[in-house]
Amino acid sequence: MLDFRLDEEQKMLSDTIHRFAEERVRKVFRHADEDGKIPADVIKAGWEIGVLPSFIPETYGGFGEPSAVTAAIAYEQFAYGDLAAALNILAPSAVAMAVLRAGTEAQKEAHLPLFCEDKLPKIAAALTEPSILYDPFDLKTTATPDGDEVILHGVKSVVPLADQADTFLVYVNEGGRTQAYFIPAGTPGLTIGERDKLMGIRALPTFKLHLDNVSVPAENRLGGADGINFSTLLNYSRVAMGALAVGMARAGYEYARDYAKQRVQFGEPIAHRQSIAFMLAEMAIDIDGARMMVWEAAWMLDQGQEATQAVTVMKHYVDEMVMTVADRALQTLGGYGYIREYPVELWFRNARGFATFDGLASA
Amino acid sequence: MINFEIPARIKQELMMVEMVANQVMRPRSRYLDEHEHERPTEFINMMWPAVKEQNRRQIERLKQNGAAAKEKSGPSTALLRLILLIEQMSWGDAGQYLCVPGGGLGGAAVEAVGTPEQKIRFLSRFAEGDEPSWGAMAITEPDAGSDNSSMRTTAVLDPETNEWIINGEKIFITSGTLSLKESNGFCVVWATVDPKAGRGGIKSFIVEANTPGVTVSPGLEKLGIRASDTVILTFEDVRVPYDNLLGSAEVREQTGKAGFAGAMKTFDASRPAVAASAMGIARAALEFVKEKLAEEGITVDYTKPTHKMTAFERELVMMEGLYKSAWLLTLKSVAAMTHGEGNRLEASMSKAHAGMVVTKISQKAVELLGPLGYSRELLAEKFMRDAKINDIYEGTRQINLLIVARAILGYSRKELK
Ligand SMILES: Cc1cc2nc3c(=O)[nH]c(=O)nc-3n(C[C@H](O)[C@H](O)[C@H](O)COP(=O)(O)OP(=O)(O)OC[C@H]3O[C@@H](n4cnc5c(N)ncnc54)[C@H](O)[C@@H]3O)c2cc1C
Repeated sequence: MLDFRLDEEQKMLSDTIHRFAEERVRKVFRHADEDGKIPADVIKAGWEIGVLPSFIPETYGGFGEPSAVTAAIAYEQFAYGDLAAALNILAPSAVAMAVLRAGTEAQKEAHLPLFCEDKLPKIAAALTEPSILYDPFDLKTTATPDGDEVILHGVKSVVPLADQADTFLVYVNEGGRTQAYFIPAGTPGLTIGERDKLMGIRALPTFKLHLDNVSVPAENRLGGADGINFSTLLNYSRVAMGALAVGMARAGYEYARDYAKQRVQFGEPIAHRQSIAFMLAEMAIDIDGARMMVWEAAWMLDQGQEATQAVTVMKHYVDEMVMTVADRALQTLGGYGYIREYPVELWFRNARGFATFDGLASA
Repeated sequence: MINFEIPARIKQELMMVEMVANQVMRPRSRYLDEHEHERPTEFINMMWPAVKEQNRRQIERLKQNGAAAKEKSGPSTALLRLILLIEQMSWGDAGQYLCVPGGGLGGAAVEAVGTPEQKIRFLSRFAEGDEPSWGAMAITEPDAGSDNSSMRTTAVLDPETNEWIINGEKIFITSGTLSLKESNGFCVVWATVDPKAGRGGIKSFIVEANTPGVTVSPGLEKLGIRASDTVILTFEDVRVPYDNLLGSAEVREQTGKAGFAGAMKTFDASRPAVAASAMGIARAALEFVKEKLAEEGITVDYTKPTHKMTAFERELVMMEGLYKSAWLLTLKSVAAMTHGEGNRLEASMSKAHAGMVVTKISQKAVELLGPLGYSRELLAEKFMRDAKINDIYEGTRQINLLIVARAILGYSRKELK
């Protein structure tokens, strides 16, 4: 039966992360963007909320079951605090959820307990490639069998926290299918490139990853001999990114709404004018609609339904929505929106990234 | 708990309506569009028995437990069912849908604010008889459209006969002829009992079919939804019994804002209904384009990155996104009501968005189909003409945005005009 109310547990989780966002993240995020990093204690506190372990079954050290809907609710709140902080805290989910959903039993046993510890695990997923023609279903990074080994070759970009990682999960093109391999840091031929210089999410360290004929055992393939159904994994990831976009859009919208009520020009608050008020109303509507699309896609995945169409349509809508909302938020602040002392230009820069971000988190 | 499932019982009913849409409505779409003012008789006759039966059960329930009916626990799926049926009928043909027999907006107003006695007295006609009947609702006046609080139609009490005397003119009234001349229906007429009191003086009255003093104009000629009956109503010393004033004694006596607010309750259900109708047309247009493109071998590959998509694919994915966002907002506005929660903000959000979305999608559909889209031999151009009304009635897009904006800013009418 149609129902869009959160259950008690979801409400509690949502409130907890919202409080964390307001009390911890918002205190540091503006400065973190200038500084290029988020204070370690904030990341730690975010990690300790324990969202990821709550999606990992007890058998593997966690204390719950995966739910894309609940993840969407939680991730929205993280991004409401700050997108870079959210991506930093949630980066492990990109690996953990992929292992949980597509790994062999041995891979699950080996990797999942790491995600249930107090410390952020040092493992990074690498999907994006630095090319205008980047296509997750037709990657340029290749995997070529070589006896019991596989040779991986290519370049990845926007790999979060690669400098600290001791393991990578790298997506590659293997005979036309997208597959993923675990590569330990330090494997010959694997080098971490320079830190990416991005327009936004500047507080999140991301890197290029060069694979120069890196040789790994074939058993390092995620999902073992059968490999993975990449399309499903990508859907879960895109639901996560959609939820993050909704959260960040809401941050921009609420800031602009409050600003418009107190900024006085021509003798009254600018929000008294329809051109401002209607922009805000449309922002609210677009965000609500986008959230419903994210939830529906998440719900379909949770039900085990084929969701690629719903996810793709959602992704396109949400990517545009978050940019439009951020643009309108900036417009609402006028000149102040352009000044870095205010957070709106940060949301504006981050927003465009969603059209590019892929595989950085997973629901 | 978040859930997007439509109850199976409703799904089954929808399949039947889809059959009616395909077999009865669509074959008549073009003809009725080109023969404005002719009635969609096949559709009306097909629907009347089902409508009657549904209403009969409702009246029965009313008679059995009267006011206690409201206390029924658990979610009520009535509005959800209605919304989904409206979507499916509008997918068939929006103009014909508007001629579906039954209470319509007038009935909804009685539902929203009428007393149990009034509901039984006025709604029973939609539950019995061989001939269908209709309800209508008259708010708009030539000089009072969006600003309906400035309406000038008056209702004056004649203490001698205890009757209201109604005078004034109403314009753009859907099903005015069907309700007042062509059936034993009624029209809910909004009028002021105290022109100086502004919105506080506005009440709603039942004017029944064939009441002396009511003049119904010939049908207006429109851009679209041509099968729908739209007229001007003139009231000259129209007398109705005191008890035709809708609402409880409390509402009736109120002269403050509350009386008007009570009447506004109708919109909490009718705005999602218009949104649903809009979405029916939007889905029809979208499916139509995809079907026609598929005939040319063009389909959307949802796994392609943007740079590999064709222009068609990009447009279609954009249209589907708009469609989904508006449809889910519509469901959200209904779900809130289903679970007994207020939905005024959601109702206006869905109406404002759906009106814009159907306008955009139907225009894109004509554009994408090129010469075929523009041709009156196919239905795309009709969808585009039909669509636009949803951006106008039940509060224009701007009026609904105004309601949303006031709600999110916590502003009064004075602060945000
Ligand atoms: C086919 C059809 C069927 C209809 N059926 C019914 C019916 O059954 N019963 C009934 O009572 N009415 C009905 N209507 C009337 C409909 O609800 C009105 O047309 C509508 O409310 C707008 O009023 P208006 O036409 O006078 O436009 P106006 O109010 O004159 O509006 C003109 C423009 O100004 C804008 N505008 C007005 N005020 C503001 C403001 N404060 N801020 C910003 N913009 C503003 C509007 O959005 C619009 O774009 C129907 C209309 C049509 C066309």
